[in-house]
Order: sequence, then C-alpha cells, then structure tokens
Amino acid sequence: MTATFVGMPAFPEAARTALADTQLRHNLAHATTTIRDKRARVVAEVADWEDLRVAGAAIKDATLADLEHHLVQLEAAITAAGGTVHWARDAAEANRIVADIAKAHDADEVVKVKSMVTQEIGLNEALAAEGIAAWETDLAELIVQLGDDLPSHILVPAIHRNRAEIRQIFREHMAAAGRPAPDDLTDDPAELAGAARLHLREKFLRAKVAVSGANFAVAETGTLVVVESEGNGRMCLTLPEVLVSVVGIEKVLPTWQDLDVFLRLLPRSSTGERMNPYTSMWTGVTPGDGPQEIHVVLLDNGRTNALADEVGRQALRCIRCSACLNVCPVYERVGGHAYGSVYPGPIGAILNPLLHGVGSDPQTDSLPYASSLCGACFEVCPVRIDIPEVLVDLRAQVVDAHRGDRRPKAESLAMKATGAAFGSARRLALGEKVAGLAGRMLNRESRPPGGSAWTGARDLPVPARESFRSWWKRTQR
Amino acid sequence: MRVALQVTCLNDALFPDTGKAVVTLLRRLGVEVEFPEGQTCCGQPMVNTGYLDEAVPAVRSFVDAFESYDAVVTPSGSCAGSARHQQRIVAKRAGDTRLQERVASLEPRVFELSEFLVDVLGVTDVGASFPHTVTYHPTCHSLRALGVGDRPRRLLEAVHGLTLVDLPGADQCCGFGGTFAVKNADTSIAMGSDKVRHVRETGAEVLVAGDNSCLMHLSGLLTRQRAGVRTMHLAEVLAMT
Amino acid sequence: MSAREEILRRVREATAGVEAPTRPALADSGPVSVDLFADRVADYRAVVERCTTDQLPERVAAAVEGRVVVPAGLGVEVADAIDDDQLTAAELDRIDTVVTEARVGIAETGTIVLDHGPGQGRRALTLVPDRHVCIVRADQVVADVQDALALLDHARPLTWISGPSATSDIELDRVEGVHGPRNLHVLLVED
Repeated sequence: MTATFVGMPAFPEAARTALADTQLRHNLAHATTTIRDKRARVVAEVADWEDLRVAGAAIKDATLADLEHHLVQLEAAITAAGGTVHWARDAAEANRIVADIAKAHDADEVVKVKSMVTQEIGLNEALAAEGIAAWETDLAELIVQLGDDLPSHILVPAIHRNRAEIRQIFREHMAAAGRPAPDDLTDDPAELAGAARLHLREKFLRAKVAVSGANFAVAETGTLVVVESEGNGRMCLTLPEVLVSVVGIEKVLPTWQDLDVFLRLLPRSSTGERMNPYTSMWTGVTPGDGPQEIHVVLLDNGRTNALADEVGRQALRCIRCSACLNVCPVYERVGGHAYGSVYPGPIGAILNPLLHGVGSDPQTDSLPYASSLCGACFEVCPVRIDIPEVLVDLRAQVVDAHRGDRRPKAESLAMKATGAAFGSARRLALGEKVAGLAGRMLNRESRPPGGSAWTGARDLPVPARESFRSWWKRTQR
Repeated sequence: MRVALQVTCLNDALFPDTGKAVVTLLRRLGVEVEFPEGQTCCGQPMVNTGYLDEAVPAVRSFVDAFESYDAVVTPSGSCAGSARHQQRIVAKRAGDTRLQERVASLEPRVFELSEFLVDVLGVTDVGASFPHTVTYHPTCHSLRALGVGDRPRRLLEAVHGLTLVDLPGADQCCGFGGTFAVKNADTSIAMGSDKVRHVRETGAEVLVAGDNSCLMHLSGLLTRQRAGVRTMHLAEVLAMT
Repeated sequence: MSAREEILRRVREATAGVEAPTRPALADSGPVSVDLFADRVADYRAVVERCTTDQLPERVAAAVEGRVVVPAGLGVEVADAIDDDQLTAAELDRIDTVVTEARVGIAETGTIVLDHGPGQGRRALTLVPDRHVCIVRADQVVADVQDALALLDHARPLTWISGPSATSDIELDRVEGVHGPRNLHVLLVED
C-alpha cells in the first residue's frame, strides 16, 4: 500500500475537497443513515442501557487509574499461559518486534485480522519494507488494500465506496494479489463477499504467521478477545502456527466478568446487532488447538500522553465501536479521509491530538475545531466519552500552545478585544456599534476568492436599529 | 421570586425583538422580569474557540449581574448550557475559588425559556395565538446539553391556531456551531443546506427554534435561496396574541 | 531503560493521584427463556429446529450435506461421518458439514458458545467447513452474557457464535456468509 495520510492538509481544506465529491456524500449519507437506525433499534431493546454505559465508563476509568498494576498482572498471566509478552514504546518498536517474529519463521507473508492499532503504527508498510507481505483479510480492509486507498471509518473502512466501485476494484486488482475475481462478477454484495471468500481462502490455508489486535485483554486471566463478523478473524487466530497480537495498553480489563458489560455494549453500538457473529477468546497456547506460538505486543505510542491529560484521558475508554462517527453530522458530510488519520470522526478529532500533542502540526491542531459541538457523539458513546468537553479543552490547548507565537492570528486579537469588551456592560454598550461587532464576529475569516466565510452562501442578518439594552433604558427604566 | 432576563449578547445586538418578546410573555404570565444592565455575555464565544482566559471577564460580569436573582431566564439553549456547564471550567482555570463557588451557586438558577415556563411556572398554554403552519428545529444545546426534551413542542402545540409540522431529521445539527460556521464554513453550509432542505419539505411558513444563533445561520441560507420561509424565535411566537 | 520499564514509569506518572471511581452494580439478568433463545438465533438467519433427544439422530441426518466431519465425543451417531483426527486445514476445506455440540447458549443475544471440549472439537473444525450443525440442549441456555461468563472456563479457547458468518462492509447492507460457515443449523433439544 502506498497511499498515506502523511502530508494531509488541515481539516477545513480537506473537508472542502471531500464535500465537492457528490458520490462520496451519497455513499456516506446512505451508509450512516442505515447504521444509525440499526443501532437505535437494538439499543432501545435494552432496558438498562444507561446503567450499562455508566458501568462501562466506570470500569474503564478504574482500570486506567490503576493501569500499571493491571498491565503487570496481564503480562504475568499471558506468560504463565505459555505466551510471550513484548513492550513497544512507539510504532517503530512495535513494527520491529512483529517483523522479527515473522522473519524468525522465514515468513514472507502474514495474514491480518482487521485491527486499528496495526494501521495506527503503519505495520503493513513497515513489513513491506522488510519484504514481508501483509494481507488484510477483513472485507473492507481488503477493498481498501486492493484499491491502494485509505480507510475512512473505524468499523467499515471502505464506507466511502459503493458496490459498483468495489466490483471494479476486485476486477482490476485481485489478480495481482492472488486468486482473481470471477469474470462474471456482478455488484451484488453477496457475490462480492463470495469473491473475497475465494480470494482469501488460499491465503488462510497457507499462512504461517497471523497478526491481530485485540478488543479486550483480561488482566487476571491473560485472555485476549477479538470481536468480528466475517470469520476472517477466526481463520487468522486459528489456522497459522504463530499469532502476534498488537495491543494498546488501554485495552486491558481487570477481570473476566468485566467482559459482560463490554460484550453487551460493543456490538449494539458498533454494527447495531445484539451480538456480532463471532467472538474469539484465547488464553496463551492450547496444545493441539490453534497457534502453538503466541506473542502479545503491548503498545504505548502516545497513550501515556493521553493518560496524563486530565480531561482527555477519558478518550482511552474508547472501544472503537464507531457509533460517534455514524451519528456525526460533520463525518456524514465529509467522510473519514478529511481527518487525516486512521482514527476519523469525533473520536479521531480528540484521539489524534491527545496521542500526538498539539501546537506543532497545523493538521492536528485543526482537528479539535472539526466539530459543531452538537453533542450527538456523547449521546451514543457506549463508554460515555464526553467528546464535546474534550474538544473544547483541546481547543484551549491549541490556543495556549500558540500564545507565544511571534505573529498572533487575527482570531486571537479579535478574541482578546471581544473578551475585554465583555468585561463591562458600559464598555460593551459604548463599543456596541452593532454592525461593526457582528461584522467582526462573522466576517473575521475571509477566504479567497472574495467574500467572507460567512457570506459565501448565507446572508447576514440586518443589524437592529436599537440594541435591546438601549430599548430597555429608553422605555423600561 | 426575583427573575432576571439574560438577553444574550447576540440578541442584544442583532435580535432585540426576541428580548422584548420574553418581557411581553413573562409579564403576561405575571412575572415582573428585570433586566440587570451590567450583563454582557456568558463567555461561550471565547470558550468554544479555545480562549479560556479571554472568557474570564465575561464570566465575572455574568455572575456579578445575575447572582442576586432567584431565577435567570435566557432565550437561548446554548447560553443556558454555557452558564450551566462551561463557566465552571473558566472559573477553575482562572484559579479563583471564590468565582468557582459563585458560578456553582448560580448554575442551578439559570433556565432556558422553555424550561422556565414549563418547570418553574408550570404552564404550557401561555395564551398565545399564531394562526400559521410552523416547524420546529430543536437546537443541539437545548436538546442534548440541557435536555429540554419536548417542552418547546408542548408550548407550541398549545398555541391557538398554530399548526405544528414535523421536521425530518430534526435532531441533526444545523451546522452553526459558533465559530465552526466560519472556521469550517464549507461543512457548516453543507449541514445547513440539508437542514434547510428538510425545512422546505415540510411546507411550513415559519421555522421556529429556541436559539437565534442557529436561526441566524439558517435564515441566512433561506433568504439567500429566497425560500419564502420565515424564521422566528420560540419566544416571539409565544408572545403573539 | 527497557521499553517495559519506561512505559510503566510513564503510566505511573500519568496516573499519580488519579482516583478510581466506584463501579455501579448492575441488575441480575432475568429468567431464562428458551423460546427467546430460539427466536434470537433465528433472527440472524440461522436455521433453528427444536426436537427431542429421540428425534435428534434423524434431525441431524436431515441437516447435514455432503461430506461430514464430527469431533471426538459427539453424543449422537452421524452416518458416514469422518472422525476429526487432526485433519489439515486443506483437508477440512474439502469437507462440507461439521456437526458439534456446544457449551452454552445465551438467550438475550442468540449466541452459542463453544469451549472446544469433547463433542465440540478444536477451533478449526467448526470454522473451515461451510455448514455447521450445532446441537444445543435447552438446559444449556442461560439468560444473558454474565450468566455465560460465569459458566465458562477462561483457560479454554472460546468461540462465541451468533448466527452465520456475515458482513456489512458493502454499503452497510448485511450479507450472510463470508469466511466462516455460511450456514448455521441449530438443533435445540428439549425433552
């Protein structure tokens, strides 16, 4: 895969490009509406849904508060069950560990379970540089990989593609990667899924090494859990001799019984099902069944930065369900690529700045502003991440990071002036040349070619001849 | 009970008729509402753009103006949300514990108009008459930050002669979002255009909402499109007789 | 400093003084309903048949197609079935149907859990063949997820199955059948 998020423009510019793509907007509107309705139906079935959300948030917060203990316990339990635990500070270390394991088995290919974390660290590209092919086996990931495309959604990375586009990608690119698509392939989703089944089966049957992430890692037992739909996960977790799982340190849950809350929250929030088709759980090595060599790579890669952020650490509760993307009015219109990361949408708008830090990269700094703060994301989040709260806090961090800039932005000067005017009603009334103030507020950011950001498609309100406070003084006092 | 009107900075400057409508409406319901002249702004424009230090003067003036009242009524879900959920963040950041205490004490006394009417005064029929077809956009901060629920709808349904038609996709954001409307103007306009399309589909003469900020954005789109749909604040409809 | 030490140090510093919230207690699950289990499994477009122990052999015989494999310890006779004797994945790929038992059924979610003990076979067995005939006894059905977790042994590999393999990756339209068994046939036994 050569497509990359590196060098993506800041959000407003990327969004403008995406908004101009009418096919994309149609695909997204159709898909997000479908999944929103499905989620709403199955969530409404659960009488104690709000209690579950509170419990999910509390379990995650309690785990994070005592994370060192749980990580050490997890390591011990996995080791006791015959697995090997590795630690990686960053993407490069994690990629190195996976590549070394593959090489130790003379593998020139690995099969992959869909995993956000391996996308985050750019594992496929790192393995390719070592001469190891990484085959994505989730249908949507396969579509993205074959199309040399970028993922645009956490759950459905090819959500921006419709069936006709997918057929074309399969017809044009499957042959170069292995078994070609059938000549008479139509754009019927069942047929497209069938083509993927045939294409990937030979890879499943011959692969020696598999790479996965994990949805949950249970500290007391050393159990890893992968939640999936297609069975590609089961294939990867069962058939190869060697399994390497890259797991973010925030994925740990203290106890076995804690899985209850999350197995009830995740599928309904994610795919809008009561339960996803397949969930695999494994604890180390089971003689005679599945991989006989098990590795777990525990990854930081910025998570401890997020953990140190008093307001933002709640983002580490995230279980990657993507419900926030599906309800987000901004995501629905611009899609995932505009966020410039494998983590798009509302969660991406907070997670990326938290993992990477703000103040140095304009693209990252633009993400906390990629929201109207409508709050739909918080309402559906199964672990009650108050995304609007974190967005506002990150905006303050972005502003603070630029307070020392040699040339302050026009916005910063306007905010200082407005803020000062709001310090006293007398000053506000004096300065309240109505049209002037409104004009400053609305027309601050102009952009070429001509016309302000406000008036490009919107009329400005006609200023009132008399402010309310003047009217009150004149008539009511 | 001493009741204060927080008119909001936007209404003060651009939509004074909304403030006048609140005064008319509350007086009709027997509430002698006062307008503390020291008021300026709740601080939200600065907070939501990330300028927390710059919001401190506004938060101080808000508390100064309103803390002696039993209830503060504002014709804006967004400003009520700011007063109830954001001012504490500003006060905490300012490191001023006295200000934090004053903010915390004032928070539960701030009401969005429909909350005040339904919960405090206990009325849904405010004696208004408005013989027009109306659709209602429940603004995000009223709906989600405050949880006003169906209070505005119940108030509208009780208006004599008014026909309320459902707005498709009502709970979707209109795309205003404060400085979002200019920082991400293209996305904001795309969201607003979809909202306006739904509004036009209803065939309503008037689009009503509880926030003039959202209505300013939608009205800007509607007039540019010469859609022939008027926008009115909920207070103005409820003040009609 | 090793990666392990450094990560744990950073975690320790980041969480210094952070208080763990108390967890709210959740309600116990309600009564078990075998009818609900049958409905919810069928909702995934799996085939659900209810039968008695006496009827089971003939129902199994009717449910299987083509070449059939069975795990050691299966409690029902299946005519002409191949016993799983560490067949390779490629050999399994040439088999049409697998017949197994299960460890637990979850009514609320329509889920069957295999712990791959006797009568259930190793994980590959219920994965590679395209048709899975699964025998669940009514007394194995529990109300909800928490009841299943209480019964399951984490030391065993576990496979939770809720309907046939499926995907919604194309326009979020659900399609049954990708890599796992495309046909799930559940025989729910009650006497």
